[in-house]
Amino acid sequence: MRNRPVLTAPQINDELLWPVMTLERRHVLAFIPPFLLVLAGVVATTVLVWQGLWVTGLQRPAFWGFFIVNFVFWIGVSHAGTMISSILRLTQAEWKRPITRAAEVMTVFSLVTALMHPVIHAGRPWRILYWLLPYDFFRGIWPDIRSPLVWDPVAITTYLTGSILFVFTALIPDFAIIRDHATGWRRKIYGWVALGWRGTPRQWQLQGIFGILMSALILPVFVSVHSIVSWDFAVSVVPAWHVTVYAPYFVIGAVHSGVSMVLTLMALMRWIFRLENYIWEDHFDAVGRLLIVIATLWLFFFFLDFSFSFFTREEQELAVMERRLFQWPFNVITIIMVLTSYVIPIPLWMNRRVRRNIALMFWTSILVNIGMWLERFFLIIPAIERKQQLTFLWSNYVPSLVESTIVLASFGMVGMLLILFAKFFPLVPAWEQKEGQTFRQTIQIGDAQVDAVIRESEEERAW
Amino acid sequence: MARQNVLGVYADADSAAAGARSLRAAGFTGEDYEVLTGNPYPEGAFGDHPKRNKLFVFPIAGGLTGFSLALLFTAGTQAAFPLVTGGKPILAIPAMMIIMYEMSLLFAMIFTVMGVIFESRLPRFSGAGPVYDPRITLGYIGLLATVEEERIPAARQALQDGGAADVVGETTTA
Repeated sequence: MRNRPVLTAPQINDELLWPVMTLERRHVLAFIPPFLLVLAGVVATTVLVWQGLWVTGLQRPAFWGFFIVNFVFWIGVSHAGTMISSILRLTQAEWKRPITRAAEVMTVFSLVTALMHPVIHAGRPWRILYWLLPYDFFRGIWPDIRSPLVWDPVAITTYLTGSILFVFTALIPDFAIIRDHATGWRRKIYGWVALGWRGTPRQWQLQGIFGILMSALILPVFVSVHSIVSWDFAVSVVPAWHVTVYAPYFVIGAVHSGVSMVLTLMALMRWIFRLENYIWEDHFDAVGRLLIVIATLWLFFFFLDFSFSFFTREEQELAVMERRLFQWPFNVITIIMVLTSYVIPIPLWMNRRVRRNIALMFWTSILVNIGMWLERFFLIIPAIERKQQLTFLWSNYVPSLVESTIVLASFGMVGMLLILFAKFFPLVPAWEQKEGQTFRQTIQIGDAQVDAVIRESEEERAW
Repeated sequence: MARQNVLGVYADADSAAAGARSLRAAGFTGEDYEVLTGNPYPEGAFGDHPKRNKLFVFPIAGGLTGFSLALLFTAGTQAAFPLVTGGKPILAIPAMMIIMYEMSLLFAMIFTVMGVIFESRLPRFSGAGPVYDPRITLGYIGLLATVEEERIPAARQALQDGGAADVVGETTTA
């Protein structure tokens, strides 16, 4: 790690809270493009609800198209946020400080965006409530808990609630900072949400325990959510979906795309919010190394999925694999997917200079997410088109303009929500940065001066 | 007897620790003062030792609540519409376990947050308290002595002797 900059508490407040306290042109400029995408998405969704599902490319038997692909993609992205934050908290990694909150917030907004997709996909969104809530006590009709369509909302709601609580509770000390230094309406509102926080040793002690306890609770949810999403597919009888490896395959794919998205977000935060003092090349380097391992694991599961099909020699399975690998447009999609998810970024990330080049890390992380989006498409669509022998009902799925617009709008939505969040809350926890400065010490080893971090031993703590 | 507050504001951790020592030397105990900081400090940095908390009870209680509610929901809904499918038992245990697992963790997390807020003695609708200084979130450290009215001058003196940059406030509390 490089020598850390020495920052004073007022400087940390100023550098991290300026987006909350003032409105700068760059903040507005960053908001406009995603906002326009969201507007386009609202128009497309209105057309879909008004006209019905015929405006999409969905037709029998391919009833799962872009919306479900995008749903799985955003659920995947949501994963790494909380995973990174939890693992770094549990291991008490010092470099967690600037990235935990942004990663957790990304989780929340990705989940919200993902949740919109099945609702839109229903065509008549208000009817989705019938699947989830008991709506007729007199006839004794309840949601069928044996259906993955009930498991999904239960798991995602758990993850979303946990992630929101995680973000909110860790924000309370920062609300107190804003309360203390804002005026007018800000002072009143932040005073209210700070809940009367004063920073007593007991409150700090509980914040510390909370971070670790909540990480331990949310990690099992993180693993379960994408496993359950994968079971939407795996418990069906559709060839190539009905495989036991889907749960870990989906989870590792989710981690791959999510950690890459965290990287994208780190670069954007550094550029838009001038966080050079907080997000360093070392952070990109560390995440890059982590990604090499994750990507390689993902590649392993990618081949495992194929090998199961080839091993069983099931005719229907092989037909799907043939379509994935050799038939247009999936053959091209497969090549792009493997190139962008693995072949291009990994050799680059092996090079330390690339890992410390923020622009290159930004663009390679975008490449990974292009690949991982295509991977979802590659997994879902060829199987459900049912182009196999002795199948008398099959189709070619061609996404419509309405679907494509909604997919693009989903990216705008996550971006817009993140920028809005940054307007009202600090994306980097100010109190954690101050803690890092308090525990920081420069020690002399021979002629070298090295930055060190003091850590309390567990025995010394009251908990 | 009416107790009053007096807050000593210190520019750094060393002087705050000196202030806390000065308070103790003047006969005040850890029960008489609180440390207010803008970020966490190591336990005992100012001679303070927070009492043990009961936070661990909350996730356990939450987990058990969630598990029970999920059991009721999953078993109850299937029993309410007992349709035998494929000769399988009415209660689908693997499917029930998924929902029980999620709801146990959901309630454990909700109860944990409730526990943190409750154990932190929050929310305080009166704001940060009767005596508070916004400089605390600028890196200053506050020592808030809450003592009987007649001991206020001694507390004020002790805080000043400890090297306080400022000694502020004095509001009557019940």
